[in-house]
Amino acid sequence: MKTMPQNTPKPLSEGASAAWPICIGYFPIGLALGVLAQKAGIPWWAVAMMSVLVFAGSAQFICVAMLAAGASLPAIIFTTFVVNLRHALMSSALAVHLAGVSRRFLAIFAYGITDESFAVNMTRFRSGTWSRWSALATNHLANAVWILATLTGALLGQFVPPGAFGIDYALTGMFICLLVFQLQGSIYILTGVLAASIAVGWYLLIPGDSYIVGASITAATLGYLVRHSRRKH
Amino acid sequence: MIFSDYLFLFCGMGAVTYLPRALPLAYLAHKKLPQGLVDWLSLIPVSILSALLAPLLFCDSTGRTLQLGKPEFLVAIPTLAFALKTKSLGGTVLLGMALYWLAGYVL
Repeated sequence: MKTMPQNTPKPLSEGASAAWPICIGYFPIGLALGVLAQKAGIPWWAVAMMSVLVFAGSAQFICVAMLAAGASLPAIIFTTFVVNLRHALMSSALAVHLAGVSRRFLAIFAYGITDESFAVNMTRFRSGTWSRWSALATNHLANAVWILATLTGALLGQFVPPGAFGIDYALTGMFICLLVFQLQGSIYILTGVLAASIAVGWYLLIPGDSYIVGASITAATLGYLVRHSRRKH
Repeated sequence: MIFSDYLFLFCGMGAVTYLPRALPLAYLAHKKLPQGLVDWLSLIPVSILSALLAPLLFCDSTGRTLQLGKPEFLVAIPTLAFALKTKSLGGTVLLGMALYWLAGYVL
């Protein structure tokens, strides 16, 4: 293992340059979550505790809604598990770029794997110049902003006008650009179109969030088969 | 609910969130992955991003119906063009936000 770059500010500044679009996107969502939690009667310290222990946006929204609806705690925990299972797929894909890294690093890194940090880090890893420390900094900067935003929302979110500055579009815009970065050839375009079509069909037909994992696995497998059959000919 | 209820709930949620993120990484990062799996995994990011995006752009989230011509989709067209041309993540995010904000007034 290489030495830890403890005295160089580079991973932090590189992480910040990668994380800021995520942070812009997280802030309004975190605020919204805090406001909803406050309206559901969840105290501010519980909101902060949730964001520290469970760094997972959509599951946290579902938790607030379920608490407001009077769901049992095991039901909420089980739903969280199902909703966040998709990260196992992202964790597997990240393993390719973190081969042989110490288990302690991986244990800390895994905490910050979200849809957004995954997409940003995968793009940077693929460019070949991304260090795992910068990736770790990206994860934790995004997490820090998320905790801050949810807490802010819980404390004074009711004063923020909804939809200001088009900020609700920040994560969508980020996903669009990250998708563009992934289009490295016709097989990637084909796989993306397949995933989009399958996801829409799945989303319309099957309730819940299984469309993300379902469409991703199906499209990646079809793309893989197409790529292999092409190679044989 | 009191403090210990919240602590129990969030520890439980935290555990079931953390394990799917940690276990594949812990297991796969210390194995020599077969080339086929590496190839397949290289198609996962494009798949996940498309699967996350497409329902946002083409579907109504409350009734789960197909909805073509959503502001989210209309804004996505110039945003996509900008991303293809500039490859700038920050710029794309800011442009998308500005256009979406404008769309709120125009559409």
